[in-house]
Amino acid sequence: MAANFLIYGLVNSVVLMLSALGFSLTFGLSGVANFAHGGLYLTSGFIAWMLIHYLGLPAFVSMLLTIVITGIIGALIYRIIIMPVRGIALSEVISTMALGVAMIEFFRYIGFVTYDFTLPPLVAGSVDIVGVSIDYQRLVIVGVGVLLAIILWFFTHHTKAGLALRGMSQDEYTALSLGIESDWAAMLSMGMGAALAAVAAMAILPLGIISINMGYDVLLLALSVTVLGGLESTAGLIVGSLLVGYAMVFTSTYIGPQWGTVVYLAAIVLVLAIKPSGLFGKSKELEERV
Amino acid sequence: MSHLVYRKERVDRGIKVRSDDIFILASLRDLSYATLPKTLAIVILLLFPLLKDLVGTYWESVLVTTIVISLLALSWDLLASAGLVSLGQALFFGVGSYLTGWLSRTFALTPIMSIPLATLVGALLTTLILYPVLRLRGIYFGLITFALPLLLSRVIEVTKILGGTEGLNKIPPLPNLTTELYILIVVLLVCIYAYRRLITSDYGLVLQAVRDNDRAVMAAGFDIQRLKAQAVFLAALPATFAGAFLTHHFQVVGMQSFALDYSILPLTSVIVGGAGTFFGSVLGAFIMIPLSEFLREFASLRVVIYSLLLLIFAIGLPEGIFHFIRRRYQQFERMTALEGESDKRGK
Repeated sequence: MAANFLIYGLVNSVVLMLSALGFSLTFGLSGVANFAHGGLYLTSGFIAWMLIHYLGLPAFVSMLLTIVITGIIGALIYRIIIMPVRGIALSEVISTMALGVAMIEFFRYIGFVTYDFTLPPLVAGSVDIVGVSIDYQRLVIVGVGVLLAIILWFFTHHTKAGLALRGMSQDEYTALSLGIESDWAAMLSMGMGAALAAVAAMAILPLGIISINMGYDVLLLALSVTVLGGLESTAGLIVGSLLVGYAMVFTSTYIGPQWGTVVYLAAIVLVLAIKPSGLFGKSKELEERV
Repeated sequence: MSHLVYRKERVDRGIKVRSDDIFILASLRDLSYATLPKTLAIVILLLFPLLKDLVGTYWESVLVTTIVISLLALSWDLLASAGLVSLGQALFFGVGSYLTGWLSRTFALTPIMSIPLATLVGALLTTLILYPVLRLRGIYFGLITFALPLLLSRVIEVTKILGGTEGLNKIPPLPNLTTELYILIVVLLVCIYAYRRLITSDYGLVLQAVRDNDRAVMAAGFDIQRLKAQAVFLAALPATFAGAFLTHHFQVVGMQSFALDYSILPLTSVIVGGAGTFFGSVLGAFIMIPLSEFLREFASLRVVIYSLLLLIFAIGLPEGIFHFIRRRYQQFERMTALEGESDKRGK
């Protein structure tokens, strides 16, 4: 029981972290709360499905292709939708949310709601770890999650583009005066955020069917984990997902499955009320409250 | 040979300048220029319930929804004037709904008692709920208001209090649709008037200063926590009223009252209509809610079209329709030459 709890809690946490990574990256780097995150996640799942079933591409190729396509879509969203309203926080939130809802409901309209819509796992089968049976796909998720966390940390701390993005998020005017272009940085961060949403979808969706309402759930989960961990800290994101992940598995095992949602919503409210920049947020202390 | 450089400039129309002043009394034309738009809107609104046979009860009940959303949008606008951007008007709406449901079920109150009571107590209650987080600024306050109604509805679902997923039914109804509409219209007009007076008063200016520069207001010796709490209370009144009223209208209250709809629809109204003038948010509601009814014939494609239209409004007219119309009404544009400048690139 305990091993079961530990392992599935870990998988759940990594699933959360993957779902939140794109949202957190975009918000942390360019300050755009991309409420179309859930829509992008779902859309990428269906794009991959269409590539596999309509064009007959091999699963792995179509997944890679999907990640690239979704990244481009994200960058385009910034160019076309966010740029005209950049700086008006409410318009940013509403227009991305409207787009996300439009994406999600479009797939409901064209009838992508049956049990046929599944993505193949990268590796089939399962293995026993200390007496707990776990399928390879869940191990793939953990692997992808850990790998991405490392890559992102390296990107934001040791590459020129990553440092430029972080500079932009810390002080926009200084960054501008050093020749970092604001729109370029924000577009890059949106594109990367969207691509990360696609990566998450490619890793997580094979676990079950692609259900439409997942689009909405993913956004809420991403929001809670991001808020909990802090808006610009990778470490915070990891700790946040571990906390929410284990708390959700704990409550649904010992109290009742319907309490899972209460846990992460309560986490958002409590953390925002006590320490709005999250458990690991450092900068922006003055921006968040008076 | 020099080319003159032109730029666009906006100039107030003569009639607008005249009607700003006491000279408005000199001419009927100026007087009607200034008052006709408002009067016309009010008269149409007041006549609408009387045209029941012409428009049908369906559109009358659409008007109920429209005014309810307008009230939520007004409430949002006042909160935003004090710098509190709410993404969860459903919180106020839901608290008002459940309070009136609980009051009329437990104490067998008639609507005439339970609605005002739920409005007042609901506003107090939401102020208390939000008091600890009033220190938050900008997007952080928005996020917490976004999460609160969702959390409350989940809590009601899992603890099964207040009827759980079933909700509370058999809530006493209101007399009839025409009476309902007139109550709503009067409340809406009073609310617009009161808010517009409030925000231009000295007190309202301080509230707006909290939005513009809260630390300067603190430095001037105001307790901004108190001010924000008062703003939340004042803004909660129409929203909790809307919730209480709609509960009696449908005679049932359920988790639906905390649903995302009641957070999103007021926001879309504000986005479409334009924030900051109270007229704008109401205009937005009067455009977007009937529009969503028109789209019903598209069945499940409705949400898609609605979202895309909203998107077009948000990007194409970020200032909002009301600000756009008002500018057209009060100003005209013309090209003017930049003095002493010649286009050096043009040669």
